[in-house]
Amino acid sequence: MGTGTGIGRVRGLGSARHGAHHWLAQRYTAVGNLLLVLWLIFSLVTLPGLDYESVRNWIANPLVAVPLALMLVSVFWHLRLGMQVMLEDYVHDKGLNFLSILLLNFYAIGGAAAGIFAIAKIAFTGVVK
Amino acid sequence: MARTTSRPLSPHLTIWKWGPHMAISILHRVTGNGLATVGMIGIVWWLMAIAMGPEAYDTFQKCATSPIGYLVMIGLSWFFFQHMMSGLRHFVLDMGAGYELNTNKTWSMVIPVLSTLATVALWATIFAGKF
Repeated sequence: MGTGTGIGRVRGLGSARHGAHHWLAQRYTAVGNLLLVLWLIFSLVTLPGLDYESVRNWIANPLVAVPLALMLVSVFWHLRLGMQVMLEDYVHDKGLNFLSILLLNFYAIGGAAAGIFAIAKIAFTGVVK
Repeated sequence: MARTTSRPLSPHLTIWKWGPHMAISILHRVTGNGLATVGMIGIVWWLMAIAMGPEAYDTFQKCATSPIGYLVMIGLSWFFFQHMMSGLRHFVLDMGAGYELNTNKTWSMVIPVLSTLATVALWATIFAGKF
C-alpha cells in the first residue's frame, strides 16, 4: 500500500463487496434480540417462582435452553458491533483503539461462551428433584 | 479510527440547537452500551450462578433483590425498552420514512414516554404478583 491519499491507496483494489455487512449484521441481530429478549422477559414474569429449583428446571427444558443460548449469541454479536462503532467514534488514538477493540472481542466472545456453557451444564445435568 | 489531527473539523456539536432527535440518538447509544455491559454481565452472572449451584444462586439473588439490585434492574428494563423502541424507530428510518421534521420530532418525544410506560407496566406486573 502506498502512503498517498486515501483514494490513491484504495484505487485499483476494487470493492470487497462487504461494505454493508456490519450494518446488515447489526440489523439481523437486532431482530433476533427483539424476539428473544422479549421472550425472556415474558417468561421470567410468568414463571411461577424465581427460586433456584424453578429457574434451574425451567432452563433444563430444551425448548428454553436453545432459545436462551441463541439469545446470548444474538445479543453478544449485536453488542460487539455496536460497541465497535462507539469505540471507533470516541477512541481516537490508533493504539488505544486497537486495544479497546481487542478487549471488546474478548468480552463478547468470552461472555457468550460463559453464558452458553452455563446453559449447557444446566441442560445436560438435568432437573433438580 | 485515528484521524489526521491537522484536518479541519466542522463545529457540529457546538452550533446545533439541541432537539429531541439528538437526545434520542445519544440515548440509543447510552442505553445500548449500558445494556451491553451492566445488563449482559448481570445475565451471565445469573446463568453462571444457576450452573454453579444453590449457594452461588443465593448470593446472586441477595444482590439482585437488594435495594440497589432493584434499582439496577428497573433501570436496565427502562434501558431495554428505550433501546428497543428507539431501535424500531431506526428500522422505520432505514426504510426512508419518518424524516419529515414534525414526524421525526414527535416520535423522538413519544418513544421515551412509551418506554417509561412499558417499564412501569412491567414492574407493576412483577410487584402485583409478588405481594
